[in-house]
Amino acid sequence: MARLDFQPGQQIDGFTLQEKLADGGMATIWAVSHAHFRGEMVMKLPRLRGEDDPTAIVGFETEQMILPRLHGPHVPAFVASGDFTAQPYLVMERVGGASLRARLDDLPLSVEVVASIGARVAEALHDLHRQQVIHLDIKPSNILFRPDGTAVLVDFGLARHDRLPDLLAEEFRLPLGTAPYMSPEQVLHDRNEPRSDLFALGVMLYYLLTGVRPFGFPTSQAGVRKRLWRDPTPPRALRADCPPWLQQIILRCLAVDPAQRFATAAELALVLRHPDQLPLTALADKREADALWPVFKRWLRALGREPVAQHSAAERLDRAPIVMVAVDVSPGQEALNESLLRSVRLLMSVAGEARLACVSVLKTQRIGIDFNEDEAGRNLRVKRMVSVRHWAKPLALPEARITFHVLAAPDPASALVEFARQNQVDHLIMGARESSALRRHLGSVSAQVVAESPCSVTVVRRREQAH
Amino acid sequence: MLLALLTDLHANRQALSACLDDAADFSPDRYVFLGDYVGYGADPEWVLDTVMHYVEWGAIAVRGNHDAATAGTLRRSMRPDAQAVIEWTRPRLASHQRDFLHSLPLTAELEQCFFAHANPWQPEEWEYVLSPADAAHALAAVPHKFIFCGHAHDPALYNLSSMGKLGHYLPVPGQAIPLAGPRRWLAIPGSAGQPRDGNPAAAYALFDTDSQSLTFRRVPYDNAGAAAAVRAAGLPEPLARRLETAG
Repeated sequence: MARLDFQPGQQIDGFTLQEKLADGGMATIWAVSHAHFRGEMVMKLPRLRGEDDPTAIVGFETEQMILPRLHGPHVPAFVASGDFTAQPYLVMERVGGASLRARLDDLPLSVEVVASIGARVAEALHDLHRQQVIHLDIKPSNILFRPDGTAVLVDFGLARHDRLPDLLAEEFRLPLGTAPYMSPEQVLHDRNEPRSDLFALGVMLYYLLTGVRPFGFPTSQAGVRKRLWRDPTPPRALRADCPPWLQQIILRCLAVDPAQRFATAAELALVLRHPDQLPLTALADKREADALWPVFKRWLRALGREPVAQHSAAERLDRAPIVMVAVDVSPGQEALNESLLRSVRLLMSVAGEARLACVSVLKTQRIGIDFNEDEAGRNLRVKRMVSVRHWAKPLALPEARITFHVLAAPDPASALVEFARQNQVDHLIMGARESSALRRHLGSVSAQVVAESPCSVTVVRRREQAH
Repeated sequence: MLLALLTDLHANRQALSACLDDAADFSPDRYVFLGDYVGYGADPEWVLDTVMHYVEWGAIAVRGNHDAATAGTLRRSMRPDAQAVIEWTRPRLASHQRDFLHSLPLTAELEQCFFAHANPWQPEEWEYVLSPADAAHALAAVPHKFIFCGHAHDPALYNLSSMGKLGHYLPVPGQAIPLAGPRRWLAIPGSAGQPRDGNPAAAYALFDTDSQSLTFRRVPYDNAGAAAAVRAAGLPEPLARRLETAG
């Protein structure tokens, strides 16, 4: 059905092959042009060697099914696809910039670079999970960056769409994935766990930071299975300047039990962007891999273990939303803030794994003032932080479920909207100030946030006012 | 060409009219009825007249086991409840309705699609497609890329890969599923007139033969009204309750 000898200049359904860009095991990638489509495009042509290589065929079918249903900046835009009856192919946007794989020659990378890559890839993963797709093959060669630094995920040949048939699970008995990056549940044939992508990202960050793969490069089934009980050497044992927070984040991603990892990729992005908000645990200080006894216990548990519950990307995100509350602690807002507290408490008790980001904005006179730079600014910031923490105290949320942020900006509404966008907030709650001459003059912050926010917004009023 | 596939209507007027209303929004080019127009429900005349009207205007319709039993051509006996409704239905039908039941073929074909009520391997024996093994049997019996059948009341989608592996998928309503690739498919739209999967909403499916995209639909309808009609007609109580609970 498919040919292998493609030549530059050859035409396929109106696309002209220009230059072969990559020659992988499963597919070749060509730069192509088309009379009707502008913009740079690539064509992916599967290598089909017939019946001996079903992974390539089913993987390509899977990608043809999923890629056209994806959208947004974190995936290559879909252009066209060709049927298996003639010549199967996929045409998509050509993302400028090299894959993360090119950076592997420069390992280890600096702490800042590793955290920044981690946050950007986690944001891309969250966007994918929101579209009910789990990637299941996160590794450096499948991650590209746009010129503005946005991470783009490619190769959906092993991916899983919540609402579509899983052709791969049906076809193969061996676990599917790339051996060094495969999560324990993938080893156990569970393809429905979005936190598998967080595990793979953890492996990648570990590798970028230390130059060593946490679980090596196993080539046998038994070797891959070892990660069910053998924990990796803590990164700080390999890299002295690794900060405790980064070790804690990476080791949490690498937890065998998905429930011990971050609840969502958005939460992971949030802590990578705000490491000062991370309450440190024993993981942060760990200096060596676990002793033989706990490893032996995990090994016993792993014997004959089968995947457990069914879940999906959509369910996961529903259970662990990121809630943002904008708190205005200025005098006179006490009654409003009490109403706000009641609403937040209600929401947090309903979504049991929800994370709360408490945000307060310090209004500056103009753009460009950095509050951190002078003494007065620092004081203001600290004072504001103390009042926001005080406001949230009655919620009695465990440290791992709550973060605090003080933003300094001339335009509070834009700052709140921007924070919600950057941190993939699912639901924003804020108070509506009472009408006053000042408000009429300045306009309403909440109205602007409602109009511009990327997520759902609840505007809370004082209880007395609600009638 | 957009096909609307409806099966196991079971004399349920409320469910059929809700499905037809829902389908009309998509302007199907062709309707396909996969059998069992009568039995269980209280409105066999209206349902048959409606299906006959669609057939006059080009719809495809095949025969189900309840249709055969009502027409008197079923060799096997049915369960008591089902048999009781057949006995109740038979004298109510006019001769043109009986003639219609007699005239129905067991199977039909359209381009790459094959249609049967129960299964393609021995359609007159009414064996169910309930498991991946049954689906493999069905896909081996005819060469068509797409098989559509009913009889089993729960929506289901099976696929046979080019490597001979069979997959089963529990359909998510409203999601367009691409049935492309080097594989063959067997789809059961699910019963319109008597759902049994715990969801009382009527089931049917839409299939676009050009884009090869299949969408399972669930349509909430006046199932309380349909159950009341079953009770008013004096038909067995479990049949009324089933419309309420879809159990």
